[in-house]
Amino acid sequence: MKGSELISHAKNTWCPGCGNFVVQHTLKEVISERLSEGYPVENFVLVSGIGQHAKIFDFMNINGFYSLHGRTIPVATGIKLANPDLTVLCIAGDGDCYAEGIEHLIFAAKRNVGITVMVNNNRVYGLTTGQFTPTSPYGYRGRSTPKGEQENPLNPLDLMLASGATFIGRGYTGRREQLKSLLHRALVHKGFSFIDNLQVCATYNDLTGYYDERVYDWDSGSLSDYQAAGEKAREWDYNADTKIGLGIMYRREAPVYEEYYPPPVELPETGRARVIHEFLDSRM
Amino acid sequence: MDRHEVSVLIGGRAGDGVSSAGQVIAQILGHSGYQVHMYFDYPSLIKGGHNFAIIRGAERPVGAVRDTVDFLLALNQETIELHKEKLGGKGIIICNGDTAAYPGAVSVPLGSILKSVQAPAVMGNSAIIGSFLKVAGIDWRIAEEVFRKAVPKETGKNLSIARQAYDAAEEHIQLKEITGRRFPVLTGNEAIGIGLLEGGITVYFAYPMSPTSNLLHFFAGNTDEFHIRAIQPESEIAGVLMALGCSYAGVRSAIGTSGGGFCLMTEALGLAGIAELPLVIVLGQRAGPSTGLATYTAQSDLLFALNAGHGDFPRFIVAPGDTTEARSWSRIATEVAWKYQLPSIILSDKIICEGFYSTDPDFSINWHPAPLMADPRVHPYQRYQETGSGISPLRFPPSNDDWIKVNSHVHGPDGITAEEPEVTKAMADKRNKKFAGLKEEIEGLNPVEVTGNTHSDGALLTWGSNKGACDEVGLLLDLRVIRPVVLWPFPQRSFGNAMKGVRRFYSVETNETGQLARLASQFGYRAKGLVLKYDGRPFSIEELKARVMEAIS
Repeated sequence: MKGSELISHAKNTWCPGCGNFVVQHTLKEVISERLSEGYPVENFVLVSGIGQHAKIFDFMNINGFYSLHGRTIPVATGIKLANPDLTVLCIAGDGDCYAEGIEHLIFAAKRNVGITVMVNNNRVYGLTTGQFTPTSPYGYRGRSTPKGEQENPLNPLDLMLASGATFIGRGYTGRREQLKSLLHRALVHKGFSFIDNLQVCATYNDLTGYYDERVYDWDSGSLSDYQAAGEKAREWDYNADTKIGLGIMYRREAPVYEEYYPPPVELPETGRARVIHEFLDSRM
Repeated sequence: MDRHEVSVLIGGRAGDGVSSAGQVIAQILGHSGYQVHMYFDYPSLIKGGHNFAIIRGAERPVGAVRDTVDFLLALNQETIELHKEKLGGKGIIICNGDTAAYPGAVSVPLGSILKSVQAPAVMGNSAIIGSFLKVAGIDWRIAEEVFRKAVPKETGKNLSIARQAYDAAEEHIQLKEITGRRFPVLTGNEAIGIGLLEGGITVYFAYPMSPTSNLLHFFAGNTDEFHIRAIQPESEIAGVLMALGCSYAGVRSAIGTSGGGFCLMTEALGLAGIAELPLVIVLGQRAGPSTGLATYTAQSDLLFALNAGHGDFPRFIVAPGDTTEARSWSRIATEVAWKYQLPSIILSDKIICEGFYSTDPDFSINWHPAPLMADPRVHPYQRYQETGSGISPLRFPPSNDDWIKVNSHVHGPDGITAEEPEVTKAMADKRNKKFAGLKEEIEGLNPVEVTGNTHSDGALLTWGSNKGACDEVGLLLDLRVIRPVVLWPFPQRSFGNAMKGVRRFYSVETNETGQLARLASQFGYRAKGLVLKYDGRPFSIEELKARVMEAIS
């Protein structure tokens, strides 16, 4: 399968200049890379939430589950439990994953379930026209907060570190090669992998210039150092004007959830009938 | 005392093991040839408080208890004070002699018996049971057999405690041993679990909630034997979506909850509807609204189950009346979900879920449909391909050279989002075709039970766990009893047949508004009256009989 065949016939409806084009291109390239490594495309399953990010489901010729707002992760967990051989990628939005579905994100990290969650964090609700999200900066003026938002942003990297995630990274749609490498490594990570992807919203929150001035690459040494990871996570609080690190922030190995609950060896019908008979007999 | 029927009440503090003791008594009666039902009553707390179980045995199937009991087994004085009014004329109290006393009661020296074998206080139940066996004239052999099966931990010690109490007591009566068939004694949760296993599930998800928590425990305690996974997610929202993830990947699962948890599942219910994913939900009702009475019963979620989720989509709802039906219909509910690719709800309640019943192991419904699978040679695969039946062939990832898309939006046959009016209508029509097929098919599965005097022109309409009380009262008062087991799609033809010749009927339900009566009225059947109970407790035989007579007069 060629990369172009991964793009579906559906009409693309993202705004011109949308960061989602970068996400789609990156995903197409990473799947092609995995294909060239011998990993079959039919083993990928994309789970999306609801929002502009989620339209990628329609635009790609790969397996997919177009879920509900905030509900990519439990669906992905169910798919992984059903068939641990599948590579399950959640592409979610920041409103989607950090607001309505945040409990699932925390629990996926806590369990170390072998799925990848990439949150396209444009720090604004696009599809519903410009309201603040959990990662919008303090004072953000949107249509629901004309006088400025009075909440501080959430720091998803710090949250993921505290929740036990075994792979945490940050990407930026303005750094395509790095995003590609990050996504590739997240997909092959054993256990739960998380990427906060700083994505620009060309219409409501175009932070291209802001990010371009501040991003830098994290050093790639001692990735399993929890203390060092915490410092990296808290360097930028999604509010203050400081440097913004990109790349893998933290990575370690740990037992994987789905291996603790492997699909049971299938009992033939007669085998099940026998154990049920034995149980009923014990109650006579 | 009618020797062909017996009722035993055992009570004590929460934490005394009243439920387990009740189960042992139920199995002892079962072993003596009785068909049994046990109702377990407990407040929502862990230690202390008053728990009691009523076990009733009879020569015919039973699914309800009486107001009077023949034996009152009291682990403390409170049990005697609370329940002595229930004791029939020749009733016998057997009590823990260290903590309780009553004139004429059989007193069991619990402390000294336990001390003699250095046993903990919780084993005091075995002494009470041993004394009961002797007083009721039940053969010791039965005790040995039941203890070996029902008390797997410290069986020897428990038996020796029971034996000491047995030897110390005197026989008061000789309970008739009934020769004939013996049935396994199961809880509804276990029966539902077995039915789900027979429906092929290999994963069960549940966030703990009474009265279905014990279904989670049943699977979790038997994962190796039953080849099943029991998974406790962070919420009902997560659990139901995990179940949908499994369905997408071709693995059968189920999820259990009560009304409060079901509230949280409603967004996923609509997702299952539009994405056409099989989903099996065990909804064990308890008294609401909101937290309500956490450990007591109600049938107040019928209309909610019928209407939960926004938008129109087909669903299947079945309400078994006892464990025998629960087992068979739980399998059928799973088969329906997979054949028709829709949500399927097993609507039960506290009485069935946590109650024990003698269960007919041979009852089965002969319907074993295979899901429609896609021909692997046909490309490209279309998840929502239009077929005459509305049922699209299934395929699961990984699928060579194809991709499988399911979608919560309106979508075209390929699963890609669509907003065109023609596609929107075509997909709705496709889902409705499935519903029409299901509606027709369930008419052949005996979806409406008719009992009592089947020729009477007066009838009781009822559903679910009221089966036991209504079946008996119907016979006592010469009334027909009409009980739809399948509630949705409403089995209109079978219901019409059941209603033939009925001039007036009364709806018996444990809710405040007569929810089944409201459903039946949609189809032109208007109840003459409602016999409702909404205090968290089930109808007893005497109470239902009096209430029905009052309604009729």
